[in-house]
Amino acid sequence: MNVPQPLERPPTSAWSMYRSIVGIGALCALLIVAVYQSTAARIRENQERFLAAAVAEVLPPARSTVAVVLADDGRLMTTAETHELPVLLGYGDSDDLVGAVIAAEGMGYQDNIRVLYAYSFELQAIVGFKVLASKETPGLGDRIEKEAHFIANFDRLDARLDVDGKSLQHAIVTVKQGEKTEPWQLDGITGATITSEAIGNILNTSASRWLPVLERDARAIDYSPPTEEP
Amino acid sequence: MAVKEITTTDEFVKGLWRDNPVFVQVLGMCPALAVSNTAINALTMGLATTFVLLMSGLSVSALRTFIPREARIVCFICIIASFVTAVDYIIQAISLELSRSLGAFIALIVVNCLILGRAEAFASKHNLLRSTLDALGMGVGFTVALLTIGVVREILGNGSLFGVAVLPGSFQTWTVMVLPSGGFFAMALWLLVVNRIKERQAAAEKHAQEVAS
Repeated sequence: MNVPQPLERPPTSAWSMYRSIVGIGALCALLIVAVYQSTAARIRENQERFLAAAVAEVLPPARSTVAVVLADDGRLMTTAETHELPVLLGYGDSDDLVGAVIAAEGMGYQDNIRVLYAYSFELQAIVGFKVLASKETPGLGDRIEKEAHFIANFDRLDARLDVDGKSLQHAIVTVKQGEKTEPWQLDGITGATITSEAIGNILNTSASRWLPVLERDARAIDYSPPTEEP
Repeated sequence: MAVKEITTTDEFVKGLWRDNPVFVQVLGMCPALAVSNTAINALTMGLATTFVLLMSGLSVSALRTFIPREARIVCFICIIASFVTAVDYIIQAISLELSRSLGAFIALIVVNCLILGRAEAFASKHNLLRSTLDALGMGVGFTVALLTIGVVREILGNGSLFGVAVLPGSFQTWTVMVLPSGGFFAMALWLLVVNRIKERQAAAEKHAQEVAS
């Protein structure tokens, strides 16, 4: 019986392999750079539009915003750079400081939750809230975005500072649904306990870090209103 | 026995039904189950995968004489990853919300075995025309399969289709259908339907052959 012999292939030269891998690598690099260059402006525009819409939703009186960061000396300073978690000062129609919009994130039940909240200097309270990104369980954890009584927490969530102005007078905490008795408490959601507690933790951590700095420095920021384009 | 000649139309049609990547080959299950919780997510993922299938199939077919056998996998992966990166940027430019809702699954198209499988088994051995038709057929078949799963999950899980309410407000939505397990339920349902139709087709063909002989 004749056993079929495997086909003899001529050996592939090292140059041939080198040429194909490097050549295809170069072509692929060219493709990626070309697509990135042609879409970068549009992506940036989309990100700015998305952020502007979110800011308008959480702090409606703000007509324009200024991004701020912490300088090396711990003071607040303006920045032109775009950050993943921006802190923005919001200015109203008469160029007065109406509040700050702060992005924050922390661990939820499934993954990190990213939120945007608005702080009112006048009320010393959190007055707006929006979930930017969340992978919480549909129908359960995602109720933080839809549940009316939970959203109502942010009509005026007390976030005043202590007499030293260095920390929150009362930590922001989540309590069981229906057990809210204080203005700094978040009325939680039954069935989404971990997610609603995560929101309390995220807000408390972020507010403890940013509000003392904002209360101290935000009014001193030199604000120049955007000029109207002709 | 006469062997039926494979026409160019067959190359396209086989991916739609006979060799459907999801319902017959059971390939690309990760996106098929994970991203099909709404019809729009399923459609976007299907179109993105079709684009990558088509472009990588074209590139591999065009470069097949240039790529030595020993270096083919690294070259194919490089080509596929580049088109996935491109499609990721394009989706972000079209809609940031859509890109966010698909999350990491766009980047994970790179490891969809359907795409590497077609590049290795078909595009690297056939000309541009056949590779294009094969990629288009497989892509459309994949998109239709994802869409059918997504439609069932969104209607039952949210009471809506493409975000528009289609069931009365009194309908108690089946939350389980938008959870990961709902993907398995919808997939099983469609596999039942597809296999039943295929069985009946096979029985009818067998009967026709018996009558003819």
